[in-house]
Amino acid sequence: MALPKVVGIETEFGIRGGPDGDPVTSSTLVVTAYARRMAAPIAWDFDDESPGRDARDLVAGPSYAPVIETHLANAVLPNGARFYVDHAHPEYSSPECRTPLQAVLYDQAGENVLRRAMLEANAELAPAQHIGIYKNNSDGKGNSYGCHENYLVRRDVAFRDLVAAMVPHFVSRQVVVGAGKVGAELEYTRAAQPAFQLSQRAEFFEEVVGLETTLRRPIINTRDEPHGDPSRFRRLHVIIGDANLSPVASAVKLGATALLLAALEDEGLAAFPPPPRDPVAALRSVALDPTMATTIELESGVMWTAWDVQDCLWHLASDYAARTGAEAVAEPDEVAYLLGQWREMLDGVRDDPDAVADRVDWVAKRRIVDGYRARYDLAPTDARLQAIDLQYHDLDPARSLAARVGLRALHETADIARAVTSPPASTRAFFRGQCVARYPDDVVAANWDSVVFDLGTGPLHKVPTADPLRGTAALTADLFAHAPHARDLLAALEG
Amino acid sequence: MSEQERIQRPKATRDRDDVVDVRTEASRGDQLKADLDDLLDEIDDVLEENAEEFVRNYIQKGGQ
Repeated sequence: MALPKVVGIETEFGIRGGPDGDPVTSSTLVVTAYARRMAAPIAWDFDDESPGRDARDLVAGPSYAPVIETHLANAVLPNGARFYVDHAHPEYSSPECRTPLQAVLYDQAGENVLRRAMLEANAELAPAQHIGIYKNNSDGKGNSYGCHENYLVRRDVAFRDLVAAMVPHFVSRQVVVGAGKVGAELEYTRAAQPAFQLSQRAEFFEEVVGLETTLRRPIINTRDEPHGDPSRFRRLHVIIGDANLSPVASAVKLGATALLLAALEDEGLAAFPPPPRDPVAALRSVALDPTMATTIELESGVMWTAWDVQDCLWHLASDYAARTGAEAVAEPDEVAYLLGQWREMLDGVRDDPDAVADRVDWVAKRRIVDGYRARYDLAPTDARLQAIDLQYHDLDPARSLAARVGLRALHETADIARAVTSPPASTRAFFRGQCVARYPDDVVAANWDSVVFDLGTGPLHKVPTADPLRGTAALTADLFAHAPHARDLLAALEG
Repeated sequence: MSEQERIQRPKATRDRDDVVDVRTEASRGDQLKADLDDLLDEIDDVLEENAEEFVRNYIQKGGQ
């Protein structure tokens, strides 16, 4: 049986402005301004982090020791998310969610967190120093930062099968869920002089499989850090995605990937299309051609477009859902919605892009870029077109272009606002979020798989949360209801 | 007004009468073009005035 597809999104945001223009200073200001609103900012516990462990069981080099960044700002939020400074970016890591639509809700809650944090920070800055925050993946000058997805996968699925199944999807899914980019920013892509690419991220990938995330980025990342019981769980850490402004695109990005992973777990590799012969070259050539006519050679020798690969994968996922119900991914209604949107967007990008400009980010962006260029007869390299690209991703409502192009909403405004402070009920994020909300003075640290209490006397108490599917509201709401103080909770857990 | 309400506010109301007139008569293609024209007007209102400097100064350190 496929494991429930616990999913989450972690986003590094672009940032500009601030008192000295240094992105580390600005990111720290933003995170601390937000954390100040909480009763007690809570530290991150790095004990169980192992970003250097490799899923291929390779021995990692000495440079991969866990980095202890205790000097950087960090907050654990009452919705179970982590909001912190990573490298030189503010990062929001959503809580663990039980379905793709729920993960989109918490991703949008993250946008609210960043907007609020930006307002709080700017309230204390002169207008000329105001900070701007961007949900994008590159600066147009060759620097990229990620929007990573995480999926719970059975440990006993062979890693080479995961690679074989997912490479065709990760190379081709940009035709539906790419966020689009004006121009190109690396030497080899600039040589092609593209006016527009499907993806923000594609040109930054140089390997098929690897452990790195900041250099020589791989299509499949092998970081083996399950944040849970390593004998049962794997966390597939997907680093290739674009940050989506369209919530429906986010849902299809997560839903399609989760369905394919569940199909792999339940039915194996047989129905998956073969990987491209040269996945990195295929990824780049697909991104560089918004007409989507480019074909790529698969290992079987056939020449397919990225659209053909997605069509094949859609049928695989749809057949799997019809046979099994795909309960590992979501309830039947949600599975039907995810498959339906994936299909409509796939048909739309080929047959009628205008019909999906309200859902496909790259189509929505390209429509205004091309329209603006035509209106003022601009060269493809005009700075105004690059400004449109950047401002599409601006989180400031007064400047955001994504907020103006008519993207279809997915969740109610009130539900998104509630998700800023209220954790998902059906994963361990519920336990973490409730601990932070109820006992802010007693929780000294938290991690994906533990919460650490300091009751003021005696040793610290570490409560492990090694199973992402426990610590749910169903299992712990009663416990919390009868535990007005942290000591009551710990007594009940240890009793 | 909450942040979300501001984000999802309706499009600019300028030229609404013209748009309605067009919509009653025109084919889908004309309507798409009219919608895009409205959107481009709105982008003109909010797009960074000094685009060149804005784009040049947007420099990030690489991340993951």
